[in-house]
Amino acid sequence: MNGAGTPPGEPTGRDALTGAHAGRRRRRRGRGERAMVPEAEFSSYYGRPVLHRPTWKAVDIAGYLFLGGLAGASSLLAAGGEATGRPALARTAKLGAAGAITLSLAALVHDLGRPARFVNMLRVFKPTSPMNLGSWLLAGYAPLTLVAAATEVAGRYRPAGVAATASAAVLAPAVATYTAVLICDTAVPSWHEGHREMPFVFAGSAATAGAGLALACVPVAQTGPARRTALLGAALELGAFAVMRRRMGLAAEPLGTGRAGRLLRAAELLTAGGAALAAGAGGRGRGAAAVAGTALLAGSAALRFGIFHAGVASAEDPRYTVIPQRLRLEARTGPAGG
Amino acid sequence: MTDGTTARRADADDEAIRAHLFSGPQPDVARAAGHIDPPPRMGFFTDTSVCIGCKACEVACKEWNAIPEDGLELTGMSYDNTQGLGSDTWRHVAFIEQRKPLGGQEPGTGHEHVDVFAAARGLGASPASATTPAPGAAPPGAPAGEVSPLTPDGRTELRWLMSSDVCKHCTHAACLDVCPTGSLFRTEFGTVVVQQDVCNGCGYCVPACPYGVIDQRPDDGRAWKCTLCYDRLGVGMEPACAKACPTDSIQFGELEELRERAAARVARLHAAGVPDARLYGEDPGDGVGGDGAFFLLLDEPEVYGLPPDPVVTTRDLPAMWRHAAAAAVSMAALAVAGFARRPR
Repeated sequence: MNGAGTPPGEPTGRDALTGAHAGRRRRRRGRGERAMVPEAEFSSYYGRPVLHRPTWKAVDIAGYLFLGGLAGASSLLAAGGEATGRPALARTAKLGAAGAITLSLAALVHDLGRPARFVNMLRVFKPTSPMNLGSWLLAGYAPLTLVAAATEVAGRYRPAGVAATASAAVLAPAVATYTAVLICDTAVPSWHEGHREMPFVFAGSAATAGAGLALACVPVAQTGPARRTALLGAALELGAFAVMRRRMGLAAEPLGTGRAGRLLRAAELLTAGGAALAAGAGGRGRGAAAVAGTALLAGSAALRFGIFHAGVASAEDPRYTVIPQRLRLEARTGPAGG
Repeated sequence: MTDGTTARRADADDEAIRAHLFSGPQPDVARAAGHIDPPPRMGFFTDTSVCIGCKACEVACKEWNAIPEDGLELTGMSYDNTQGLGSDTWRHVAFIEQRKPLGGQEPGTGHEHVDVFAAARGLGASPASATTPAPGAAPPGAPAGEVSPLTPDGRTELRWLMSSDVCKHCTHAACLDVCPTGSLFRTEFGTVVVQQDVCNGCGYCVPACPYGVIDQRPDDGRAWKCTLCYDRLGVGMEPACAKACPTDSIQFGELEELRERAAARVARLHAAGVPDARLYGEDPGDGVGGDGAFFLLLDEPEVYGLPPDPVVTTRDLPAMWRHAAAAAVSMAALAVAGFARRPR
């Protein structure tokens, strides 16, 4: 145990050491985890996280990710239903979009540290801030959905309602997918590393949610498009999610562990099951359609909450910050000295 | 030099500024942010090899900026009970115990030929040089022979690393990029500051920061971090932490000059037998375009709780928007496909 001969950080009985390789190590366990990167030792400052965990509240922000997607997909179904003569589908989707986006706005304002200053979001126009662009987007989109829903309920001002429904449908895909950029444009490893595929995951998840609401609430005769949308959306979501996990490297690990892992496994089962049920039996009975729709809605929500919690977990553990950066650095400059 | 040459150079500068608005080397960060004819970029060089862990910087920062108390806890992990940077801690002294020979961090500053009484007599005469030595004015580096042998009798194998961490005032600052209200802004000194009368506490800057610096005050709701004492800079004073630092571990000045000083210091430490000495955050080519507050470290950055290779998240933002646009088109196409068949 003399100084010159002992490699730095070699465990020698003291537990307060934080030299090289003194970081926490974790055993992989549980199913659904694949060894994507070899176990690496790493250093940290007493195991403390490098990043600050997001201060966002899960109910507000993960809830918003879900509701924003639900609203966006519903607006598309509303416009489609209106254009193809499916009034019940259009009605449910319009009300769904307006309700979901209203709840979204409430959640977003509630999450602010200074809710009274929410309007400051619109004091600049700033493309480098996805939250700023999103605020402008919602400022345009939310009133359109409200007009569409109000004219639907009132049964008057039909041309205004048609125009609002169509305009909302134009903005809807952006509303449903920009939220992926919102969370990926952070230093949080399990969000940022998925930034190529996350918009597609969110697009698929939004489509299944919107279709789920329609399946649950609309008479079977008018749910044909919703069933097909559910199937296509589930395929997009699950496919993009699988690709994302494979490409994320170590940052994919939090997607398979803990609360996030459980939520995401549930999301996959609910989405796949709901879509299969919708495609198989959803056209025959109201009951099966309602079950399928509920499963799809729950699956979409579970996905958003799962991804939210995975990101928080990845920020709280220095391993997901340090190891990929260390590997990147060593690939560029060769192994570190010392 | 003709006017034409100057103009051409200004054009070239403009081009370089525009070419690296989001990532990469940015020659003039204040001008890139829209300041006309700004003063030189100011920053910190924190030389941890001479930090003694006194925490005067933490105290001075709290005092000057009237930062609220944020809990008195004993962590038991080291002499560090501050734990890390946050909304109410803008300077944090990390304290690391390591099983490495103490001689390895001998900073190589032999003071035996310095007459402190003579220096003290000169204090009143030249205030500038009393606290901040000019780059070339420091005594010549200790030759390797003067450094203590690595395993001398009576020395422990333990070394203490102390390092005063602070907001890095990145060249490409993610907190500033993602701020939706424009509350975070680039000052004329090239630093990054929160306008507290604008911040609405959205919290986006918190997970955006690759260093885990800025945070939200729970009771207040807004985001807070080091301002590099913007108020003091405005009247030509140095920041409170640098003013209070008794060993000049925290050096404040023009960033260009600090970089030269730091390079000289590393060379001296290497010559004095401290091969672990390295600069962190000084490289304008790194993932954040270089830090306005950079460090001399004696071990890997992660040992101090710093990310080894931070990248500003907005470097990938154009790619993210492209992917989101493709996903939005896919979603619209998917909905159209859903309606493509005849109504049943």
